[in-house]
Amino acid sequence: MEKKIKTIYPLEEILFKHFGEHTDEWKKSDHPSVTALRHEAISYFEKHGFPNQKMEKWRSTNLTGVYEEPLEIFDRHVAFDKKLSDIFLCEVHGFNTQVISMLNGSFYSPENHEITITNEGVIVGSMASAFKKYPNLVEKYFGKISGYQDDGFKAVNAAFWRDGVFVYVPDGVEVKNTFQLIKILNQPNLMVNTRNLIVLGKNSRLTFLHCDDSVNHNTGLTNTVNEIVLHENAELELYKLQNLNDDSALLNQTYVHQDANSRLKVNVLTLNGGMVRNEITDQLNGQGAESQISGLYLMDKEQHIDNQIFVNHNVPNCNSSQLFKGIMDDEATGVFNGFIYVARDAQKTNAFQRNNNVLITSAAHIDTQPHLEIYADDVKCSHGATVGQLDNEGMFYLMQRGIPYSDARMLLLFAFADEVISKINIEALRISIEDMVKRRLRGELSICDRCVLHCSNPEQPIVFDIDISKI
Amino acid sequence: MSDEKKNGDFLDEVTSEEYKYGFVTDLESDQSPRGLSEDIIRFISKKKNEPDWLLEFRLKAYRHWLTLEEPDWALIHHPPIDYQDIIYFSAPKPKEKLKSLDEVDPELLDTFNKLGISLEEQKQLAGVAVDAVIDSVSVKTTFQDTLAKHDIIFCSFSEAVQNHPDLVKKYLGTVVPYTDNYFAALNSAVFSDGSFCFIPKGVRCPIELSTYFRINAANTGQFERTLLIAEEGGYVSYLEGCTAPQRDENQLHAAIVEIIVMDDAEVKYSTVQNWYPGNKEGKGGIYNFVTKRGLCKGKNSKISWTQVETGSAITWKYPSCVLLGDHSVGEFYSVAVTNNYQQADTGTKMIHLGKNTRSTIISKGISAGKSNNSYRGLVRVSKNADNARNYSQCDSLLLGDQCGAHTFPYIKTGNETSTVEHEATTSKISEDQLFYCQQRGIDMEKAIGLIVNGYAKQVLNKLPMEFAVEAKKLLEITLEGSVG
Amino acid sequence: MLLNIKNLHVSIAGKEIIRGLNFSVNKGEIHAIMGPNGTGKSTLAAAITGREGYEITKGEIIFKGQVINDWSPDKRANEGVFLSFQYPIEIPGVSMTNFMRTALNARREYKELPPIPAGEFLKKMEEKKKLVEIHSKLTNRSVNEGFSGGEKKKNEIFQMALLEPELAILDETDSGLDIDALKVVANGVNQLKSDENAFIVITHYQRLLDYIVPDFVHVMYNGRIVKSGGKGLALELEERGYDWIKDQFDD
Ligand SMILES: Nc1ncnc2c1ncn2[C@@H]1O[C@H](COP(=O)(O)OP(=O)(O)OP(=O)(O)O)[C@@H](O)[C@H]1O
Ligand SMILES: [Mg+2]
Repeated sequence: MEKKIKTIYPLEEILFKHFGEHTDEWKKSDHPSVTALRHEAISYFEKHGFPNQKMEKWRSTNLTGVYEEPLEIFDRHVAFDKKLSDIFLCEVHGFNTQVISMLNGSFYSPENHEITITNEGVIVGSMASAFKKYPNLVEKYFGKISGYQDDGFKAVNAAFWRDGVFVYVPDGVEVKNTFQLIKILNQPNLMVNTRNLIVLGKNSRLTFLHCDDSVNHNTGLTNTVNEIVLHENAELELYKLQNLNDDSALLNQTYVHQDANSRLKVNVLTLNGGMVRNEITDQLNGQGAESQISGLYLMDKEQHIDNQIFVNHNVPNCNSSQLFKGIMDDEATGVFNGFIYVARDAQKTNAFQRNNNVLITSAAHIDTQPHLEIYADDVKCSHGATVGQLDNEGMFYLMQRGIPYSDARMLLLFAFADEVISKINIEALRISIEDMVKRRLRGELSICDRCVLHCSNPEQPIVFDIDISKI
Repeated sequence: MSDEKKNGDFLDEVTSEEYKYGFVTDLESDQSPRGLSEDIIRFISKKKNEPDWLLEFRLKAYRHWLTLEEPDWALIHHPPIDYQDIIYFSAPKPKEKLKSLDEVDPELLDTFNKLGISLEEQKQLAGVAVDAVIDSVSVKTTFQDTLAKHDIIFCSFSEAVQNHPDLVKKYLGTVVPYTDNYFAALNSAVFSDGSFCFIPKGVRCPIELSTYFRINAANTGQFERTLLIAEEGGYVSYLEGCTAPQRDENQLHAAIVEIIVMDDAEVKYSTVQNWYPGNKEGKGGIYNFVTKRGLCKGKNSKISWTQVETGSAITWKYPSCVLLGDHSVGEFYSVAVTNNYQQADTGTKMIHLGKNTRSTIISKGISAGKSNNSYRGLVRVSKNADNARNYSQCDSLLLGDQCGAHTFPYIKTGNETSTVEHEATTSKISEDQLFYCQQRGIDMEKAIGLIVNGYAKQVLNKLPMEFAVEAKKLLEITLEGSVG
Repeated sequence: MLLNIKNLHVSIAGKEIIRGLNFSVNKGEIHAIMGPNGTGKSTLAAAITGREGYEITKGEIIFKGQVINDWSPDKRANEGVFLSFQYPIEIPGVSMTNFMRTALNARREYKELPPIPAGEFLKKMEEKKKLVEIHSKLTNRSVNEGFSGGEKKKNEIFQMALLEPELAILDETDSGLDIDALKVVANGVNQLKSDENAFIVITHYQRLLDYIVPDFVHVMYNGRIVKSGGKGLALELEERGYDWIKDQFDD
């Protein structure tokens, strides 16, 4: 198919050069399988380059601007010299978390804490260290769930990744504390390629909170690939909180493999960010697996959000649901591409999908493509998509009860968003997100709040003007 | 039509015959050599005694076509089409110029009688004027006198070129330019005939207009072109039916329909597409690549597409509405049935440009056998289309576990006062409903026919009576043998 | 004997619901079946009418001298078995008229008779509509679509009247009916009743049996008929409930 002579973008050139200069050095420390993968991936990238808008999955997202940026491919290990709390101001209150920190694409903690193992055998730590310490375990899964051939970004990630987070929960272990991964870029003009792997053994359980934050107004491109394996009857609750500055681009590409009776719950909350693209590809490979993927996006200015959700029912008797809701203000643009695939013989499938959008201004724009591709007959599949305004009748009802227009509007906007927020199981997190969303809707939230958990000013109570319970 | 039929019980008539329109008529025809080149296009144009501007139009389209590649985004698969192996022009040899029906080739009359289309006006279904297109050429248009009384022009495209060149020149290619897509470019280069209809200002066409298309000769493609214009306040209901003989090789059909509707005018366009679908093993059948588009140019204008798609090996078809005039309305009602190895990728585009424009999409897909049936639709609301409204409902029904049902809506909205709603469901035929019917003594096959017809009723109801009867029968025939 | 059921075992999704049931019906009889919720009454009706998913693992259902275990539902229907459903399903888009005509003609075809002429059919419809006092507006609608609970039940009796079965099973046709409607249903049954046909009436309320007087009353419990008697048994159940039966037959 590839026939036209492609343009080589500056960032592509930088990447090729970087690869050439570092490949020998990487080889020394890399596991052989990683070296092989890097080479396969770079040749794929040489052939295909970055994705373009002619590609179905990239039709509505234009990243040419980013390709033109002379970004630095950051893969230096940052020596641990500052106190964690100086950089990561997020003090999480209200619920127990184990914080995992990444700075500019590298695991960030005192040397001897790069990877830890608990009494129960739960392994958490740097991906690079994990490859050294547990090569057999990591190799078994690494690169097996994601495909570097899906597009240029995955290829670049496979070729250039240097670190990330590795989590392994052994069979039968239920991890009590929530793991919180905080990723921060604090230097300008970086491209970071990180790679995370989460493996849940049989009958295990984990809650994982994945925060992507900016602490300043630097430009940056984060290209993350997450691989997740849920073995039989494992359960993962995954929350992604994204609160980046307007000049940041984030690609969050998640691949999930689910064995029989495993349960996946994902909630993607995008509160801010110049360009955020979330791809989730969930392969339901074992009978009785369940998947619930939801998301909320609140975009304004010239921000762009792109959610691409692929749920593949490869075997019978699985359930999946997708719920994505968005509020688009100013000149923000958005894409929702939800895809349900039901393989031949994947009978007794239940799959649901819904995308609702509210446009606030005439300059905001949304493209929604809820697609179903179904090859089995004993299935219940449905999808719905709406783009519209706030419910007029609801507005009238509230105003009739004396609530002024702007409050009524805010209330209804919040109620609209709340359907997704209410799916957050951790109460403290839910309350904190509710506050964030309320402030976001009032236009008060900015990255000055540092992190979505607004720890910069934890003392300041956040109250919403209107108490919904009084209506 | 007897009352019997009108009562809605068509099941008795469903016989076990498979594709009953699959006969070949032995007509002498006038054909171009195989293949496509500028010379062939000149040959066609000359045969049709066309003015230079039309030849120019064709050549431009052809040159553009050469730069294009066949689109590959639809969920259809077929071996490559050899465009040099097709005969682009085939006409039943005329016996001089026809003055009355008596002069029409009796074989030809017989063909249309077999199709249930009588060209003899006295026997005609009350109130339907027919233009019959066989292979590439319009052979007979009925009810000319009645129409002339209302100043309605309804004739073959070729006649329109000869008798109303200004109108044709003014509108040809304005809604579907030859640059639109691969098959539109091809059609614009080689189209041979089709129907032309012009409804003058303030005229409500008192009868239904109808065109029957038939591919007869072997190895030919059919490339007809329909142009329909309704002036201010005009109204017409237009029907289109298609059949083809049963042949082992695939035949290409690439048509264009353009509709232009002015202020307060309305066009209802109904299609029952029953091209030969190929046999049970997927051999043969028509490749149906069609571009249909209507422009609601005026205020309060309205275009309503209704289609029942049961035929063709491949259907690639998206009848669309460009809602330019304020308060204009676009509708799309579709039933698409696929069985055996048929593939359908069909839907619509509703492009909202004007203010307060409204569109409705109701699509019912039914897949059986080893077929694949996709709904693909675009709803676009442009920045200035204040208060635009769209409602889409796309349901798929699966009969059997070897077929596929797919839904690919694309919604693009850039206006905050607009409302777009899309709903879709996919399910198999309800076992409870089947059992209920069977408990009343109705066998499985009939029960499926009954339930499927019920499921499609919302769309079938939009068809004019005579067409609805035919469509219901077709649904049942198409699904025959899909269970067991 | 019209219907003879011998040692019937029926499973749904591998779970045994009917567990060795014996039961027979002669022409001209009315049998009432009562019993607590979930004991398998509807399951029995489904097994007799051949519903998919109701697996006969053992035993025989003999109708008019033939074992019908493997017959398709439509064949059983055309042989004369009719079920008035506990929960009649809606079939959108299929008009009542078209539906009934299709059903009637299917039966005639089965009996190698020509299709019923339209005029005759309409006459028959009118006649039977009167019998169950069903409103014309209902027969103009799609099958059961938008019907109230009671209207659906009346519609079942209407269909029964049209199809004139030899064995009619009424599964809780009385529930959801107001008193007038109950009388109408009973009246329908009584008018159709003859020496040539039989009825199995599944009900929870003895009130229906005041209008449709049964020859036999059976109590079903845990997938078996555990007690049979005359009309008096229904009165006794009305008074005493099922506890005494449960105590006696709990396993
Ligand atoms: N499709 C099914 N799948 C699994 N169990 C079923 C199914 N249908 C019925 N059952 C079970 O079989 C048992 C008998 O059900 P059935 O409907 O025959 O009871 P019933 O005697 O008619 O009760 P009621 O008086 O409430 O109508 C119940 O326990 C019910 O839950
Ligand atoms: Mg019951």
